Amino acid sequence: MPDRHRETKSNYTLDRGMPGAFEGETVTRRRLMNLAANGAGVVAAAAFTLPALGFAIAPIFKREQWSWQAVGTPADFTDSDYVTKVITITPGIGEAGNTIAYVRARNPQIDTEPEDQYNHWVALSDRCMHLGCPVRYVEAAQRFICPCHGGVYDFRGMVAGGPPVRPLDRFFTRLNQDTGLVELGPRYSVNDELQRFAPRFPGEPINGIGQYLYPAQFDTASPPPK
Amino acid sequence: MPKIPAPPLPKTLQPKPKKPGESNGQGPTHPAPLEAGISVVDWLDERTSLSGGLRWLLWRKVPRGINWAYTLGSATLFAFLNQAVTGVFLAMYYRPDASGGAYESVRNINDNVFLGQLVHAMHKWGASVMIILIFLHMGRVFFYGAYKYPRELTWVIGVVLLILTLAMGFTGYLLPFDQRSYWASVVGININAGGPFIGPFLSNFLLGGADFGATTLSRFYAIHMLLIPGAMAALIGAHLYLVTKLGISAPPWLKSHPEHDGDHEIDMAEV
Repeated sequence: MPDRHRETKSNYTLDRGMPGAFEGETVTRRRLMNLAANGAGVVAAAAFTLPALGFAIAPIFKREQWSWQAVGTPADFTDSDYVTKVITITPGIGEAGNTIAYVRARNPQIDTEPEDQYNHWVALSDRCMHLGCPVRYVEAAQRFICPCHGGVYDFRGMVAGGPPVRPLDRFFTRLNQDTGLVELGPRYSVNDELQRFAPRFPGEPINGIGQYLYPAQFDTASPPPK
Repeated sequence: MPKIPAPPLPKTLQPKPKKPGESNGQGPTHPAPLEAGISVVDWLDERTSLSGGLRWLLWRKVPRGINWAYTLGSATLFAFLNQAVTGVFLAMYYRPDASGGAYESVRNINDNVFLGQLVHAMHKWGASVMIILIFLHMGRVFFYGAYKYPRELTWVIGVVLLILTLAMGFTGYLLPFDQRSYWASVVGININAGGPFIGPFLSNFLLGGADFGATTLSRFYAIHMLLIPGAMAALIGAHLYLVTKLGISAPPWLKSHPEHDGDHEIDMAEV
């Protein structure tokens, strides 16, 4: 077998004495056929792989619609106790799509976060911020208690003990002027100062650098403009 | 390296002795037709040459001193086959419907289908058995030093198989769709989300959205019964190929024989 590396061959097919070579041709026909055949294979594989992949990851990019659900009249809610309301966050799958919101009226004595059109009522999600188990409001202790790993939240939903990394998520609330009913909107997450953030998964701290370590998802409803 | 003597041919493949009355080497008066395809095995072998591969796979030399711990890999393989067979038949009755149909279909398998409770239990308990066996197999390979040169790639493929087996356990746990499986999956997905940067997107992909939705269950079902088993079957093939090609490592306490002067080949035994 001759040593291929002994002399550098010319790039031009004409110089290499190939049959049918013409002036200035550098790509041999064999190389062209190789590229064309392999390229066709790649195109064919991509033609079914890319649509299938896009199909599988598309839900990540589908932005949630803002929707409002009525939970009661303003008279139903006091500022000293929570009312448990079952709301639907995923329609069409029965009980698996339901969740619980603990709703009360805003109490300016204890609710120090700035008031705006979306928090005349305080609606807390029952999703524990440790790993997502459902928390339960214990009236005698005025605490939210998680059955899984002992997370405890105070009356405002701030972490009072255990492993949770941030206060309980909340829902936007508003008074529907047409029907006179209190309505719950999308869920949002809060940091320890109760500032609003796009919803994050449980277990993701969003204080300080946390909001960048756990970026907002493409598919979740973002907080409304100020 | 001295050549290992060829293993004996299986009985059916050995050349047959001549029958009395057949030509005794004097030379036939007319050329006998080439005898071929007289049995199904011969017919297949002539067209596929499979017998060589089968002999290569099954009639192997193994080192002296091997013990029952060396069967843990095969045991894990059979646990996988049990999961595959029972899983295929469970899929005939299972319905990945999050609005109650999934739970109903599993209840139907347990209560109404002939042997349904048995097959379901074989799949459920077989999953635990497979996890236990795969860890025991890994421990055997680790403590015997069997992952060392030239078997590193076998080890790496084995670790990928371990991860895929755990992923099978995770995705399969949701499918009965009772309270336990629902909340266990919610917690598991939220643990996924705890990884910085990609964790939230991975959880989003698993859920097929921001929250547990209509397609989450069918996503888990498709991953559980198509995606991962296909990958596992291919990797098990590669794992077995490497095991056969490289041979089984001797137990670490086995010394090379002193009478083989300077020859460190480990004594091979027939099985």
